[in-house]
Parts: sequence; C-alpha cells; structure tokens
Amino acid sequence: MSWAWRVARALLGSQYALMLEYRAEIALWALSGVLPLIMLGVWSGSGAGAAAGLSPQQLSHYFLAAFVVRQFTVVWLIHVFEEDALQGRLSPFLLQPLAPLWRYLAAHLSEQATRVPFVLLMLGVVGLAAPGVLWWPSPGELVLGLLAILAAFLLRFLLQILVTTLCFWSERAAALDRLLLIPYLFLSGLVAPLDTFPPAVRRLALATPFPWMVDFPARLLAGEPVNVALGFGAIAAWCLLLWPIAHVLWRAGLRRYSAMGA
Amino acid sequence: MERPLIRDIRCYWRSLRCFWGTSLAAELEYPLNAAIEFVSVLGNLAGSLFVLQLLFAGGPSLGGWSWSGALVVLGLYTLLDGFTTCVLQPNLSRIVSHVQTGTLDYVLLKPIDSQFWLSARTVSPWGLPAIAAGLGLIGWALAQGGPEAAAGLRSPGAVLLPLALLLAALVILYSLWFVLAALSIWFVKVWNATEVLRYTLVAGRYPVSAYPPALRLLFTFVLPVAFLTTVPAEALLGRGSALWAIGSLLVAALCLAGSRLLWRFAQRSYTSASS
Repeated sequence: MSWAWRVARALLGSQYALMLEYRAEIALWALSGVLPLIMLGVWSGSGAGAAAGLSPQQLSHYFLAAFVVRQFTVVWLIHVFEEDALQGRLSPFLLQPLAPLWRYLAAHLSEQATRVPFVLLMLGVVGLAAPGVLWWPSPGELVLGLLAILAAFLLRFLLQILVTTLCFWSERAAALDRLLLIPYLFLSGLVAPLDTFPPAVRRLALATPFPWMVDFPARLLAGEPVNVALGFGAIAAWCLLLWPIAHVLWRAGLRRYSAMGA
Repeated sequence: MERPLIRDIRCYWRSLRCFWGTSLAAELEYPLNAAIEFVSVLGNLAGSLFVLQLLFAGGPSLGGWSWSGALVVLGLYTLLDGFTTCVLQPNLSRIVSHVQTGTLDYVLLKPIDSQFWLSARTVSPWGLPAIAAGLGLIGWALAQGGPEAAAGLRSPGAVLLPLALLLAALVILYSLWFVLAALSIWFVKVWNATEVLRYTLVAGRYPVSAYPPALRLLFTFVLPVAFLTTVPAEALLGRGSALWAIGSLLVAALCLAGSRLLWRFAQRSYTSASS
C-alpha cells in the first residue's frame, strides 16, 4: 500500500512538473474546449430551447456545466501512445515494474490539475461578458458533480484504451479515434441538450455510453433533476463491461509488440 | 542576381508536383484510412444535420436564415474542413515537430522559399470526401431552395463573386493556420495549437447572425469566422453586399500579408533546437 502511495506521488508529481513546463500548450488545449460555449451562443439565439421547454437560464447553466465537464474529461491517450509505440519509447516503460498505462493515467490527471486556473480564467471572462450567467451549485451538487466528472473521465479513458490497443496492430490507429469522436460529439449532449432530442433518438443515445460522459455530470452541476444512482450505476456498468475487453486486448497486443526501431 | 519570374514559377510548379506525387503515393499505403475518412465525413455530416434540425425546431429561421440557407453555410463549412484535411493539417501541424526536433534548420537551408515548403510539402487525399460532400450539400440546398435561392448564380459574371469570396475564405483559413503553427517558434511545444483552430472554427457551421451580438463581433473582427462561411454563402444566395465582399477580400489580403510578415519575424527569433 505504501509502495503504491509512493509510486502515485512520484508519478503525479513528476508529470505535474512536466505539464507546468508547457503552460502555453495547456492554455491552448483549454481554449480548444470552447465548443459548448459556442453552442450556448447558437442555442440562446434560436427559439429551439424554449420549444423543448428549457428556459434561457437552464440552457446557459447546462452548457456552462458541459463546458466544465468537457474540460476535465479530455482524453488524449491514443495520440501519445501511438507515437510512443511507433518510436519504441514504450519498450523502456515495459521493463519497469509498473504497467505503462498508470503512467499515462497520471499524465492525464496532472494535466487536469494544470488546467484548473485556465478554466477559472475562461469562466471569469464569460462571467464578465454576460453578468449573472455564472452560479454556484449547492455543496451536495458540487461534490456529486465532481465525482461524476471523475467517473466520466475514467469511463472515457477506458473506452480509449480499447481503441489504443489497436496501435499494436496498426500504425495509424489514432485515425480510429476520430470515428469514436463522432458519436461522442453528437450523442453526449455536448452540442445539444438531450432534452431537445426526439424521443427515439434520445432512447438510442441513452443506450450508448456517451450521454453519461457529458450530459449526466453537466445536469448534476447545473442543478437539473437527475437520477444520481442510475447515472453512477450506468457508468459503473459500462466500465465493468469494457474493462475485461480492454484487458484481453492489451495482453494480446503486448504479445504482438515487437519494439519498433529496436 | 534576380531570376526571371517565369523561371521561378516553373521551378515552384515542378517542386509542387514532385512533393504532391510522393506524398500521395505514401498516403495511399494506408487504404484503411480512406474507409475511415469516408465514414467520418458521413457521420459528421449526419450529426451536423441532426443538430441543425434541432435548432430549427424553435421556428422557421435561425438568425434570419432559412433552412436551405443554413444548409449552404454547413456545406461551405464541410468544404473548408475538407480543404483543411487535404492541405493545411498535414503540412502545418508538422512545423511544430520541425521546431521541436531541430529539423527546421534543413528546411531553412533549402534553396526554396521556406514558407512555401512548409505549406505545400505534402497533400493528403483524405479530405476529398469532405470536399465532395460539401459541394454536394451546397448544390442540393440551392436546388431545394427554389429558383430564388440560387439568385447568386444567374449570370456567369455573378458566379465569379462567390468564387472570389470562397478563394478569400481559403486564404484567410490558410493564414490563420500558418500563423498559429508559426507561433511554435516561440512556444516550442504548442503540440496541437492547430487543433484549437479546428475546434473554434466549428462556429462557422452556423450563420454568424445566429450568435448573440458580442460573439458576432468576435467572429467578425477577432476570429474572422464570418468571412469563412457566412459571407460566401450570402453571395451564393444572391444576397451579397459590396461592403462585405470588399471587406472579405481586404481581410484575406491582410491575413496573407500578416502571415508572411510573421514568418519573416519568426525566422529572426529562431534559435534551433540544440542551441
């Protein structure tokens, strides 16, 4: 246990220092998550929100919460991993007595910590541009919302591990991530609240893992009525389903890995 | 000694053919990418149409634009996205790694304009499905909108205006990408600075008048999204105004000149990776 604690502290500390070194890049990454804010602009200008029974305040709360959720659930594992596997940098990681994926997980968590000031800054700008649009969730909502963000991040990370393992078979597996991004973009509630979907599409979306990654945490933070147990249960169920598949693929992939460049 | 212009053009044309021939051959090594790109374009288009339809649920117009007008904007966006995948993304996202590993030295030493080399070294055929889809969507939207929707295309002379504005849009898009990629000279690890642009330019999927006034100003004067899709779409629909057309061409010229100046300035600040 104390070994795990020491490793976790060393990994997180070193990765955090590494991320701080390239603050400009993190700022740009944070900026690249403005999509929900742009969509808030479009939605507040059209009458479609009102037609679906959403007040302007509900809309703005929802999209601002979705913005925060998106900022802290970004997963870029596959792009780094593809390069590491192609250039043979994965080989030394494999020799260490620690599964390489923990290293990437620590990198993601540290990057999120580096993001916090930039996200606060951007929210501040939004607050200045449109006074009264920011709100403070109740402590219960805040805690549950943060937990939901973490759970959503883990689910997304796990889902991307699945695709990432294909790097062992293909040199350009990162292209596959673009395919995964499409349902994530349109079904997760990032560009349109799920309440505005036609019932059939809504049911279809809820049967996929994607709405639980944005819609569920965002609605928690925005103070909308939401079935907390169902949300966390769905995320846990998807994780339980994906975990064994990821495990098998990873083992099979490692056996195939021949250390390119060696 | 100044070389004659004709010889310069011929030399650059020959280089370009050589560059693109080799990169096409290299890209075609990955036939699976074609399938992925195709599915990705179709999926993105279906998703965008779905969201647009949701936005139109509130009324018959979005920021004063009819359904077919908004489709023209979406088609132009898809077209520009394909252009990005074809030319901008494969070239300009590489500047960053040139700076990081120091291989930019070799580029600067070549007897060819470095901005040209960096901007035109490779081409990727995987943007072609998006370009085709964009053109198809524009054509379909214009046909669906009835005779008055295609008012911009009634006379051969009037076809030139949308074409010129589209060209201006391409130039603006290129300059934005190039400037952002060139910033890596100072910041070194702006690994995917260019991705930021991709995500903010998503705003161009919708006519600029659909946004609140503050964002409209931002998308016109700070990040010229309005000139990318809305202005050419207005010209296609026969609603183009001289003011916007001149503004668009002016912004394009300014952006291009700006990217050129910035590159000159950046070269002076470049200190190579190992020094």
